[in-house]
Amino acid sequence: MKLFTISGSPHINRKSSVKKIMLMVIISLLPAMFVSVYYFGISAIRVSLIAIASAVFFEWIIQKLFFKGTKSIGDLSAVVTGLLLAFNLPSNLQWWIVVIGSFVAIGIAKMSFGGLGKNPFNPALVGRVFLLISFPVQMTTWPKVDVLDFSLVDAETGATPLAIVKEGVKEGLSISEIFDKLPVTFTDMFWGNMGGSLGEVPVLALVIGALFLLGRRVITWHIPFSILATIGIFTGILHGINPDMYAPPLFHVLTGGIILGAFFMATDMATSPMTPKGQIIFGVGIGIITVVIRLWGAYPEGISFAILLMNALVPLINNVSKPKAFGKVKK
Amino acid sequence: MARLKTFRIGGIHPEENKFSAAKPIEVFPIPEKVYVPVTQHLGAPSSLLVKRNDTVKIGTLLAKADAFISANVHSPVSGTVEKIDEIIDASGYRKANIVIKVEGNEWEDGIDNSSAIIKECNLSAKEITDILKEKGIVGMGGATFPSHIKYMIPEGKDVDYLIINAVECEPYLTSDHAIMLEKTEEILIGIDILKKASGAKKALVGIENNKLDAIAKMQEVAKSFKDIEIQPLRVKYPQGAEKQLIRALTKREVPSGKLPIEVGCVVNNVGTALASYEAVQKNKPLIERVVTVTGKAVKNPSNLLVRIGTPVKELIDHVGGLPEDTGKVISGGPMMGKAISNLDVPVTKGTSGVLMMTKAESKRKKPLNCIRCAKCVSVCPMGLEPYLLQQLVDSERWEDAELNRIMDCIECGSCQFICPSKRELLDYIRVGKARVGAIIRSRAKR
Ligand code: SF4
Ligand code: SF4
Repeated sequence: MKLFTISGSPHINRKSSVKKIMLMVIISLLPAMFVSVYYFGISAIRVSLIAIASAVFFEWIIQKLFFKGTKSIGDLSAVVTGLLLAFNLPSNLQWWIVVIGSFVAIGIAKMSFGGLGKNPFNPALVGRVFLLISFPVQMTTWPKVDVLDFSLVDAETGATPLAIVKEGVKEGLSISEIFDKLPVTFTDMFWGNMGGSLGEVPVLALVIGALFLLGRRVITWHIPFSILATIGIFTGILHGINPDMYAPPLFHVLTGGIILGAFFMATDMATSPMTPKGQIIFGVGIGIITVVIRLWGAYPEGISFAILLMNALVPLINNVSKPKAFGKVKK
Repeated sequence: MARLKTFRIGGIHPEENKFSAAKPIEVFPIPEKVYVPVTQHLGAPSSLLVKRNDTVKIGTLLAKADAFISANVHSPVSGTVEKIDEIIDASGYRKANIVIKVEGNEWEDGIDNSSAIIKECNLSAKEITDILKEKGIVGMGGATFPSHIKYMIPEGKDVDYLIINAVECEPYLTSDHAIMLEKTEEILIGIDILKKASGAKKALVGIENNKLDAIAKMQEVAKSFKDIEIQPLRVKYPQGAEKQLIRALTKREVPSGKLPIEVGCVVNNVGTALASYEAVQKNKPLIERVVTVTGKAVKNPSNLLVRIGTPVKELIDHVGGLPEDTGKVISGGPMMGKAISNLDVPVTKGTSGVLMMTKAESKRKKPLNCIRCAKCVSVCPMGLEPYLLQQLVDSERWEDAELNRIMDCIECGSCQFICPSKRELLDYIRVGKARVGAIIRSRAKR
């Protein structure tokens, strides 16, 4: 007698996979990659390739040496981590620093917790923040934008607009004075014509990628929207109170990797809350902490720290933002 | 057009694959032998009334419901009881089984086997309920809950709506669709009768909007009935789940752990309405039903009117034989149906379909780590956190599983369907429900 497979329902699955999700994230980052190459030249590719290759390598070797269960090497998640890490680095960063970043991201932040999906903190950001603290000089020396210069040497280096403003305010200059001295305009910022890390720069291209992810429902609007709205409102109020001390909201949103952070880093599935309600709490928290760090903290930008801090609160947020129960019995 | 109604939280849109949707109902020939499990319903087993070598007619009572939740079983054929043995039915459990060798075509006296439609019904609610019980009517959507119990309305409860489930939200299945097109008037009379039995002021019939011809036909015929409303619904799985359907049609939410009567509703399947018509108006017990026999590789997907007890194998032969690379055969639909291990399993009262899946479709992919994408949370129609329940079951934290309302899970499978990591969420949750259920029961005893 022929016997058939027995298994519990459901007997069908949607055709989606972790790999497909990761692939979509990679695709969504490509426009920004192109713009980065346009501004920073071949060194943008160099940093990305080093980061990706070393991330994949570390994931592979760690799984091979220490992991028994399911391997996740084929799912492209290490590629995403590497790419996102590269987007958080200056394009002229020494290769070995990039490799260290990858090691911290994959080895410490991801694999030591059990790998895919089990990491409480966004691996790329852990890598980045580790480098920022360990190599502050290298990490904050930004190549000047040099359109389509494909030589591997970046002649000049300069500070990001955000750093310039922060320094200026410290020196007692008013915002309008500083803005006059800023080498870039808002339009430049939008197109990406400013100093900064790979993925801090191409705002428009990032937005296009983000729209793609939203359209394919890889991410939802809750986290990015609540981050941007919070930053916008918070800095808007401050700017309204004292326009000489506080830069306008648009400036804050367009600089310092907010777009990258809001759409691509904070939305990392493993390290963000599970319900829309929780995601909004998470986003608002990130927004507030970002602004506080930017205006009153030691670092010019703040979203990396803000996301990591809120990552730590995710289990708590999940607990207070349970999905609405069907037929909940009122007590 | 106004936005169609549907339930509020969660839900998925699996591929519909309703290959047999335009097929008329075919009367399947009576087999040489039928295999009638004594228990075909949810509840206590019925007690056997026949023995070997007894002669039976179509409609002879074979097994009687003694317990409160139980149902009568009648002979679907005429002939001789060849033996009484055990069989593994679609549920996977071993059950007492009556094998009847078919001889002739003798009906019990009093059963009206004609197709004449009888509309007039002057029976009282109590009388109707008694007939449902007597004729072995159970829910025909798959849950097979004995129907008469639903109409024994508890003291102090009022019924506002009789809800008729005609959404057929499971992919592939088309038997309800087919009967709505061909037995429209019988169904509506059945609904009218059930409405009377329930004491409801109004009957609401929910049909998903992918069955426009059925909606049109039902609406047309419903005009000659009072207080029966045909309501098109947005296509979304699991709309056929009792609580979701009530929500979609009335905006009322059945509280956790409670029955529909709590919000003034009684729910029955449209197939049950048809069976009720035949029971009450034609004196005919539940001895046959429409079964969709289908699958991607099936030559001729069909809707067959089949006598209870017909082996599934014969239905499959009828639609072009078992496709070469069949890996799994499912009794019911792909979301909630049961996989059957062999083709000797007979059609029972709850068999809505027989679905053959190819080897490629039947293979489960290897589960990966949970990537915490929250998709399972967002599709759960009960507002649960399937990823969390899986973890809690895995680590045997039964109290926490109970607190996280594991018992509310309706086993619709939406979470497992959507999971990109192909995690076996519902497998774990079922295990958890069994354990937590046992804990709750033992607590109640103490
Ligand atoms: S759908 Fe699967 S991967 Fe996503 S959160 Fe649920 S269990 Fe985890
Ligand atoms: S099977 Fe249970 S947990 Fe999963 S979606 Fe359905 S009701 Fe929710």
